Amino acid sequence: MFLLTEPVGLMHYLVVGAFLFVCGIVCMAAKRNAIGVLMGIELVLNGANLNFVAFGSWVLRDEGTAGIGLDGQLLALFVIVLAAAEAAVALAIALNYYHTHSTVDVDQGDELKG
Amino acid sequence: MDINWHSFFFLLVALLTCAFALAVVISSNIVRMAFYLVLSLGGVAGLFFLAGADFLGGLQLLVYVGGTLVLLAFGVMLTARAPLVSMKTAPGQWVLAAVVGGCLLAVLLQVAWSVGQWAGPGRPGVLEEEAKPTAAPLGLGLVGVRVDQLDVDRRADLTEKEKKAREAGMSGYLVAFEVISVHLVVVLIGAAYLARAKRRVDAPLARPPQT
Repeated sequence: MFLLTEPVGLMHYLVVGAFLFVCGIVCMAAKRNAIGVLMGIELVLNGANLNFVAFGSWVLRDEGTAGIGLDGQLLALFVIVLAAAEAAVALAIALNYYHTHSTVDVDQGDELKG
Repeated sequence: MDINWHSFFFLLVALLTCAFALAVVISSNIVRMAFYLVLSLGGVAGLFFLAGADFLGGLQLLVYVGGTLVLLAFGVMLTARAPLVSMKTAPGQWVLAAVVGGCLLAVLLQVAWSVGQWAGPGRPGVLEEEAKPTAAPLGLGLVGVRVDQLDVDRRADLTEKEKKAREAGMSGYLVAFEVISVHLVVVLIGAAYLARAKRRVDAPLARPPQT
């Protein structure tokens, strides 16, 4: 296991990224509040970002491997921008849902008519 | 016992991030969930700094914590009814979600543990190297000048074929950058139009919420 005297490797970052991803999935699946589902989406994207940055990190890279270098950070940059855009649209949808249904509970959105 | 301070800070920040992410899942008050998410994403920014991605850590704080989460907080405030109605999920659904999440976590952890090279502690003495700032290489990499791969010729761990492939694929990300810039503008205009103030449906709740 992991002691305080050993340097951190890639695996530890992947574990944290996986935990964030799974927390986001459970949030998306089990929350009734639409904004809660959006928070799950943010957690999922951040878990994936952590994976990208970890694979492209010069600090965590092992001796014989090449790694993906700066590409990891560039991809994470694109993910951040796209996540911001998607959060804006999702919030606009949530606001519209609230205006028509007077509630933000996703369990009550089970009819196709608006 | 001499403590590796990098590992100590990694452990501290990673535990905080995971704890706050778990708090987002467990909490049922939407305002507290938003606050725990802010702290969790701040912890992720700290993890970015610890991995050597300083520009990306700053960008995460700026865009995510300072932008996207403020947007989320506005959403929470605009859709909250007073008194704050707490929507609880049925316990059966929690069990199902926890089982599925647990299986996915087990698969991902098994994958993370399986590759021996990933468990390695990194190059010895890497923490004594000077930290390279990444803002300029990122900016130049977007244009196509990959200053981080200039020493491809001198690297001993690549074969000739790999060196050729690496030099041929030394491309920038300018097209992707332009595409997401236009995408961001279009999306934000669309979202602003979608969320404009309309005539509000003033009817009460269509049916009582199922408990």
